[in-house]
Amino acid sequence: MRDTFVRTLVQLAKEDKRIELVTGDLGFGVLKPFWEQCPDQFTNAGIAEQNMTSVAAGMALTGKNVFTYSIGNFPTLRCLEQVRNDCAYHKANVKVVCIGGGFVYGSLGMSHQATEDIAILRALPDVVVLAPADLVEAEECTKALAKYEGTAYLRLGRGGEKRIHDHIDNFQIGKAIKVHDGEKVAIFSTGAIFEEIRITEDVLKERDIIPAVYTFPTVKPIDKETILECATKFDLIATCEEHNYIGGFGSAVAEVLAELPQHARLLRVGLHDEYSVRVGNQHYLREQYGLDGESIAKQILANI
Amino acid sequence: MKHTSEELAWLIRRHGVEMTHLSGGSHLGAILSVADVVATLYTDVMHYDPKNPKWEGRDRFILSKGHAGASIYAALAESGFFPVEELKTHYQNGSRLSGHVSHHLPGVDFSTGSLGHGMSAAAGIAYALKKDGRKELSFVVVGDGECNEGSVWEAALFANHFRLNNLCVIVDHNHMQSLDFNENTLEIEDFASKWKAFGWNVIEINGNNHQEIKAAFKKFEEYSNTEPHKPTVIIANTVKGYGIPFMQNDILWHYRFPHDGWEYDCAVNELHKIKPSGVEDPYTPNGIENPVLPTGKDDIYNDHTFSYTWKTTYPEKMRRVDAKIGTTEKVHNV
Repeated sequence: MRDTFVRTLVQLAKEDKRIELVTGDLGFGVLKPFWEQCPDQFTNAGIAEQNMTSVAAGMALTGKNVFTYSIGNFPTLRCLEQVRNDCAYHKANVKVVCIGGGFVYGSLGMSHQATEDIAILRALPDVVVLAPADLVEAEECTKALAKYEGTAYLRLGRGGEKRIHDHIDNFQIGKAIKVHDGEKVAIFSTGAIFEEIRITEDVLKERDIIPAVYTFPTVKPIDKETILECATKFDLIATCEEHNYIGGFGSAVAEVLAELPQHARLLRVGLHDEYSVRVGNQHYLREQYGLDGESIAKQILANI
Repeated sequence: MKHTSEELAWLIRRHGVEMTHLSGGSHLGAILSVADVVATLYTDVMHYDPKNPKWEGRDRFILSKGHAGASIYAALAESGFFPVEELKTHYQNGSRLSGHVSHHLPGVDFSTGSLGHGMSAAAGIAYALKKDGRKELSFVVVGDGECNEGSVWEAALFANHFRLNNLCVIVDHNHMQSLDFNENTLEIEDFASKWKAFGWNVIEINGNNHQEIKAAFKKFEEYSNTEPHKPTVIIANTVKGYGIPFMQNDILWHYRFPHDGWEYDCAVNELHKIKPSGVEDPYTPNGIENPVLPTGKDDIYNDHTFSYTWKTTYPEKMRRVDAKIGTTEKVHNV
């Protein structure tokens, strides 16, 4: 996903000289194509995320379209106030890019796991929050952000994600993508955990359940229209995110549903308000915390 | 009407007293310390167009110590960005003039209020200007207490590394911060050596002396045009509360506003003692006749610092710095 992001940004940056990529001293082996092909639009700001983010705001207010880049919580929580006051409040053209949303950096430990970022960034006014599910969405999100005027957060996986969508017609910030129709159950997924949904579907199919599946590359602004449509059409809506189940994508869906007089039952699949203390790779941690395909299926079956 | 820097500095002080008096606002001490630097920037240094605040060719300015916002509001109003009358709305319901600097006001490029942001933003502006080969300059005023923030030193590294010779940082070094003198809080001297060690051009001046301020900005202009490409810091040694003797070097006036009675009357009359002849006081043209005067019971000429009353039972060898009231001299007790 990060390679797709970089490849896409290189193409965009060649066409639009206002685009700048500023990294907090990360991206070894990843950002090389960018600095080789667009050297004048690349900056390594060092291991200093607070300064990086305010510098990006200053650059943006002087006409640049700036992407800041780091991993895990470093481009967001470490410099949250800079994102809030300097970028968002000024509607500065800064796109904060995180590599490694969720358990991507599994074995590296809790410090490197971004599991509250969506909730926190979503709470900031004038910040668009995007979490693409696969390589196709990652490319579309990057293109959309290059055009978007304002502050945004792009939460990416790392590598090894698949192309799940063949292609996406008319990608728009704020619009969910219907993968396919189904009955009784609708699965809403944001971010790279989408790869688990395939397995979930296989398990459900054995019980003759064909769920509808949607991805939400945009968590904010949330696609109310799709939620409203599904609220009455299905018995159960299951939201899936590699993130705390408080405040994130599931909460965004819950906020819309709760205001309706009648709606489908909601199941929020996510990390149950804890830090990951176990050691292991991304897949292992998903299993441990109930976020793998089979666990998601079990939770759905327990709720219908 | 075009003011001299001395006239504008006086007006900033007079507006500062009136605005905090009317609103119950804070930070008058900082407004008074920084007034001369801010005034000189607007009268003698920066290029700007009050009729076209977003003019591309303007020099950029950030007041990173956003709590001294009233100084900028006064400077902008007196420089034609908006009516002077609007200053009276400071802090009021529905006003555009928040206590900390807001960009929802013509002439303000960047909102501040949380310390340690402005210098990085100014560096970003300078960097973008430099990348595009533009000749506008980026100015930012930071506080000395603000230099406790780690992000200030991140920005110091960045600005030097990217050779931002179009960036000028002015430190309003009034030697006091929220509870005490800087040296009794987190020791920052030798301050100039720290900046030098970070690779900066360092100019140290009396920041309440207009000749020295102007000479410092001239020097910056030279530095910005010559090799090596280094950013410049002007360490403006100022006095907190400068211009009103009973407020000088007293941390009380970081918070307190001049109340009705002797505080307001004496503040106004003290300013009238130093009023340049070419300027008019828009509020009390002739000062205050028959002012209320302080009595022996009033808590005056006490610096109200934390270290005066903080007595630990464990041995500690922190260096204490006391103010010598009414002067810039400090007493160092090791």
